[in-house]
Amino acid sequence: MSATFEPDEMRMQVSACPACVAAPSAERLAAAAAPRDARLMLSLPTAHCAVCITDVERELARHPQVRSARVNLTLKRVSVDAEPGVEAADLVARLARIGYEAHELDPDVLSATEADKRGRDILMRIGVSGFAMMNIMLLSVAVWSGAEAATRDLFHWISAAIALPTVVFAGQPFFASAWASLKGRRLGMDVPISLAIILASSISVYETAHSGRHAYFDAAVMLTFFLLIGRYLDYRTRAVARSAAEELAALEVPRAQLLRDGAEVPVPVGELVPGDLIRIRPGARVPADGEVVEGTSEMDRALLTGESLPVWAGPGSALSTGEVNLTGPLTLRVTAAGRASSLHRMADLVAAAECAKNRYTSLAERMAAFYSPFVHLTAFASFLGWLQVSGGDVRLAVNIAAAVLIITCPCALGLAVPAVVTSASGKLFRKGMLIKDGTALERLAEVDTVLFDKTGTLTMGAPEPQNLADLAPADLAIAAALAEASAHPLALALAGATRGMGVHPAALSDLREVPGYGIEGRWQGEKVRLGRADWVGASPGETTATHLQIGARAPLSIAFADRLRPGAEAAVAGFLAAGKAVHLVSGDTSGAVSALALRLGITHWHAGCLPAEKSALVAALSANGARVLMVGDGLNDTAALAGAHVSISPASALDAARTASDIVLLGADLAPVADAVRVAVLARRRIKQNFAISLIYNVVAVPIAILGFATPLAAALAMSLSSVTVSLNSLRLK
Amino acid sequence: MDALVYLIPTSLALGGIGLAAFVWSLRHRQYEDPKGDAERILNPEWDDHPKP
Repeated sequence: MSATFEPDEMRMQVSACPACVAAPSAERLAAAAAPRDARLMLSLPTAHCAVCITDVERELARHPQVRSARVNLTLKRVSVDAEPGVEAADLVARLARIGYEAHELDPDVLSATEADKRGRDILMRIGVSGFAMMNIMLLSVAVWSGAEAATRDLFHWISAAIALPTVVFAGQPFFASAWASLKGRRLGMDVPISLAIILASSISVYETAHSGRHAYFDAAVMLTFFLLIGRYLDYRTRAVARSAAEELAALEVPRAQLLRDGAEVPVPVGELVPGDLIRIRPGARVPADGEVVEGTSEMDRALLTGESLPVWAGPGSALSTGEVNLTGPLTLRVTAAGRASSLHRMADLVAAAECAKNRYTSLAERMAAFYSPFVHLTAFASFLGWLQVSGGDVRLAVNIAAAVLIITCPCALGLAVPAVVTSASGKLFRKGMLIKDGTALERLAEVDTVLFDKTGTLTMGAPEPQNLADLAPADLAIAAALAEASAHPLALALAGATRGMGVHPAALSDLREVPGYGIEGRWQGEKVRLGRADWVGASPGETTATHLQIGARAPLSIAFADRLRPGAEAAVAGFLAAGKAVHLVSGDTSGAVSALALRLGITHWHAGCLPAEKSALVAALSANGARVLMVGDGLNDTAALAGAHVSISPASALDAARTASDIVLLGADLAPVADAVRVAVLARRRIKQNFAISLIYNVVAVPIAILGFATPLAAALAMSLSSVTVSLNSLRLK
Repeated sequence: MDALVYLIPTSLALGGIGLAAFVWSLRHRQYEDPKGDAERILNPEWDDHPKP
């Protein structure tokens, strides 16, 4: 999140704007330095086949300044190597001409290489331990089938030569994690794992040196191999979620139009300093906090406060980062930018809320807390028991203790959670949901109370006119004509609705838009106006409305309601049917909130909530023992999202809200949310089944090991059988 | 049992070749875009002569 505003991260774009090179400020001059080659990254959401690859690469290569372009179909991206001065917008337009949707990505936000390295690192260890496991297994088959004396010793020595370096190299992730948890005075799952691997290897070396019958080299390596696969699945789930979340963040390449000597120069937001004058065009998002110097307009604050009514802005008004300018161009004097801006202060609040949130203990951690002491105690007890029974035969006692440790080693337990989470998050990803956190599924399964935000979450933030039928056809024709002349969202919605009703716009003259107020024109010699209540002489109401004035007649008001997000009704109905308590919280007026609550059948609603009140509500519900799912998109929801047991935000949400939530909804449809809870409940059941399966294997195998009948063959069989059963059970997730 | 003198090194060497190939493919980023590579082979563009 913070990366989006980091000045260092912005430097890449400097070369994309040649005007910056002529910048007078020394700081900016240093930043711009020499023109660099443009390395651009575009996202290609619709690419899917060989033809797409060829089309896109050929079209981009036709651009005279593009050196090379390569499509990555797995990530649905194209990376372009070009000479300095190539703008991403050109390339996007080129691709749009041949029918491909493309979006610019900020290459600095995508830290793919670093994450990639860690994935390759685990893969390398899996490869090495897999190679070692297969070779040792071949040698072990010979021993199991009855190799004797010198031959057995030779095979054991060769196994040792392969196994020891492998264990040292491939086991490192476990040793490091076990050491970390021991230093923190905890017994994680990695402690018994590391102990079993080390003990199995050393006892086998000792046995081999003394021409013993049993060596557990195969078990030690197989353990490493299976557990590394679990680690890799775990890592993959998180990496996929992170790279998609990064892609969402990278889609917002923030630039501001800086006014310098009367000319507009596009600069990265990170380079703005207080005192700069910036121009904000209608439709643009405010890039920094500031005060309006020139121009009037209306501001949409829905994402920040949840208000659906636009707010008037003129010289002297203070604007915050993230608001959207609706009608007229504004000149803004920057008072705070980047880290100091209100958007960033809000993000810091969220970070604080997340730290304060008490840490959730996952199923795996609870299992480890119960299982690790059990394993250690059993192994130690069998060591003492055999020492007693055999009358001080340390070698025998250590051998049996090692066998107990190996048999009880949580091989299947290491796969139990990652395999289910991989399978479930893949399923939810296809439904359009992105799991950002490994334990989010478990927490989602426990939810009993659901809190919805209104503006932008249950509604699209797109208004629809409500009472057009009450207007006389002639008035409607005038309203349509006025509305068509403006780009204001209410006017656009009105024009769209009247066009849909087949209204022919009346002929008007002298049409002009008064930014911040409305549109004015002349109809048959009379002045007509469409706009804000106070401008046309009407009294402002509680709900979103625009007002029409014809000559000296009393103004007519046209009311608007927000359009519901597709699937909102299904999602709310799904939660109510599942017996969950559903609440609606919004910063909007009580009129708008109660109307929506009634429409969706939600009985608990809270209007006019400030961000702090929203998170206080979440805290109060949690204090009463409720497990709260928060669904929200605005900056005013972020503290509540961070404080809730589990949280979901749509992809259209602000960066800060997406960062604070555990699950991101990729499509516009809200319906998968209710289904996600069902999948989560199912996933938790599979995880518990997996635990049960691996426990059953232990219940059968442990007595055999304690009694001293366990052989390396039995250990190998128990380990691989339980791992395979657990993986198959995870794939059953529907 | 003399055969073991040749067979064990041979089997280890064969396995080692596999491991080396795997390490090479990881180092040379062969797993960056598995879906794209699967599709690229269907592309007829450079069928007649290699890409210059």
